[in-house]
Amino acid sequence: MSLAYITPSERFKKYLPKDYVELIDFGPFGKTQEEAGPGNMGQFKELMEEHPMCSGCWMAYYIRLIFAALPCPEETVTIGTAGCGRLAISQAAVPFIYGNYGDQNAMASGLTRAFRLRFPDKTKDVLTIAGDGGTMDIGFSMTMHSWIRGERFTTIMLDNEVYGNTGGQSSGMSPKGAVLKMAPMGKDFEKMPATDLAKAAGCVYIVRMSPTNIKQAAKVIRRAIFVAREVGPTFIHAYTSCNIEYSIPTEDVFADAIELGKGRFKFDEYMTDEAKIVIERVEGEEKVARKARKAAKVAAAEAVN
Amino acid sequence: MSAVQRPVLNKKQVEMNYLLHEAPREKHFITGAQAMSEAVKRANVDMAIAYPITPQSEVMHLVGDVFAQGHIKEYYRAEEELGTMSAIAGASRAGVRLFTATSGPGLIRGLEAIASWPGHRVPAVLGILTRVINAPLSIQPDNIEMAYMMHCGAVMLHAENQQDTFDFTLAAFAIAEKVDVYIPVAVATEGFFVTHAKGYVDMMSEDLVYKEFDPVASPVPAMDNETPPARIQRDAPVQKSNFMSYLIHSVWQQEIWDSNSRAMKYIYEYLGGPIEVQNPEADVFVVASGCAAAQAREAWRYAQEEGLSVGLIKVKAIRPFPKDEIREAAKNAKALIVPEHNIIGWLSKEIQATIPNGGIVVEGPRVYGGMTLPVELIMVELYDALGIEHNIKL
Repeated sequence: MSLAYITPSERFKKYLPKDYVELIDFGPFGKTQEEAGPGNMGQFKELMEEHPMCSGCWMAYYIRLIFAALPCPEETVTIGTAGCGRLAISQAAVPFIYGNYGDQNAMASGLTRAFRLRFPDKTKDVLTIAGDGGTMDIGFSMTMHSWIRGERFTTIMLDNEVYGNTGGQSSGMSPKGAVLKMAPMGKDFEKMPATDLAKAAGCVYIVRMSPTNIKQAAKVIRRAIFVAREVGPTFIHAYTSCNIEYSIPTEDVFADAIELGKGRFKFDEYMTDEAKIVIERVEGEEKVARKARKAAKVAAAEAVN
Repeated sequence: MSAVQRPVLNKKQVEMNYLLHEAPREKHFITGAQAMSEAVKRANVDMAIAYPITPQSEVMHLVGDVFAQGHIKEYYRAEEELGTMSAIAGASRAGVRLFTATSGPGLIRGLEAIASWPGHRVPAVLGILTRVINAPLSIQPDNIEMAYMMHCGAVMLHAENQQDTFDFTLAAFAIAEKVDVYIPVAVATEGFFVTHAKGYVDMMSEDLVYKEFDPVASPVPAMDNETPPARIQRDAPVQKSNFMSYLIHSVWQQEIWDSNSRAMKYIYEYLGGPIEVQNPEADVFVVASGCAAAQAREAWRYAQEEGLSVGLIKVKAIRPFPKDEIREAAKNAKALIVPEHNIIGWLSKEIQATIPNGGIVVEGPRVYGGMTLPVELIMVELYDALGIEHNIKL
């Protein structure tokens, strides 16, 4: 029912906010990636347009990209926690749950199990999207245990290497030596090895990246969701800089993301054999469908001529 | 995949009133922990999430067995209490009936999540099998943790014995899910004294089960992308301005406490009211809840044998607190003796704040750290209140 339940009846449309109606008519619900994917962001009604983030916020861009890449936004629920990311995620047109500090992966464990119990024949995608503090510090135990239990949902860590929303305090993901609030002498231990921890805890698809390549970043998000549906926990560790706390001039934000993509956020993709089978199958099916749509389009154009 | 195939049970779904008041019952001799899990068995629970702590573990082991027997659809052991209580909040968004239980330090550890359940409109049932909160370390019964629960908005019932534990737990599911309530209900009883001791419990057949949870009837739609109205509001108003934030939070919290008050009529419907009064014309009353009420009942029996003007007020509902009922029951009383199993005396403080003449409240006797509550302690207070000489040696 999911697509039907967000779609208003024609006669009711005139009573609804214009924004809502346009979202249903021109947004990504029920659309393909060619129609409303990250490749042509800005050309369709996006799930998340307005946000209260700082000028030049790379995290805001990546969150927009996540929503544009969703394989099935009408069947998706996101969960987040305190932090900048939440300010934007909660303004997307996808149900968002905000619980308590760092509890997003515990919430998602309960939610996905209950979804499977109620809708055994349907696919409901659950994503936790939280910052480095929420995922690796305060939520560490709940993050790790959800992976150890093999909970089938996707965890996305928006790593800006700092507690941005509370004013720039050092986090477990801050690089060693970084002078930040609560580390006035410089952080004296290493950045936590998040992807190694994910691997040890049993994540079946893990990517570390600086999402500067839109197509690649979107592909990773979709892969993580497809694999979580069938195999097990998936994890994306994405660099989403804080240009305020790290004093990155707005015009240099992209260059910084490119730079870190060559360093500690160098692209690294891990998948188990089981995950690989799912990815190959789904991407193969997508390719066939894409070709079929293209052929149908050509045929339709020829019929008109 | 489970190594054990769980049986598919075919049970008759009935209304809570039939289950509690009309269904034929048989007498069983079981522990409080068994009583709670037997109630869960008949409550048509979708999902239970467990984490061990003494003295609660017993309850969630038994609920695990109830799951294995096919009475519950999903069950797992979580990483710790905050994970448990958060997962309950998450699962609740999918529109399912939920149960978990904890004790003392576990409740405190999970309290950040539990305290937000009412605000999140999570109609789960929480068992509290009371225990000391450290330090020094102790695993003994003491209901101090209930004091921390009293201000989060949840409905709270306090069971005197195994029978109460069974009935209150069953009723809790119906109360929690009422459209005009829809907040969590906690059912507390004393660890060990009730959980590990056997008592007689009249139970209906386990072939009967409370009607299944209907997420469509919920006043707060499940976030399942299925239940209207659609939740794709893109403009989170709480973040728009401080004024909106203040306003929304305040009206929301008012609504939670109003919901809490509205639970009272269902406490009357299912449990016969929030208090039980014996000898309403008495000069002096013993007022108690939970296990202390069992000892208070014994003291009242002694007093009856001696022909003293002593009554009993058993408080079954801690939230909503039965203010009107206690005021009415105590309006002609000369003294109220409030025995408790905790050091701070949360019940006596509530009663003092409730009645116009709080000076008549005798704050105690209190035992804590797991000590038993000898009836003689209550008798001493009764004799003193009535001005009777005694030679009880403590």
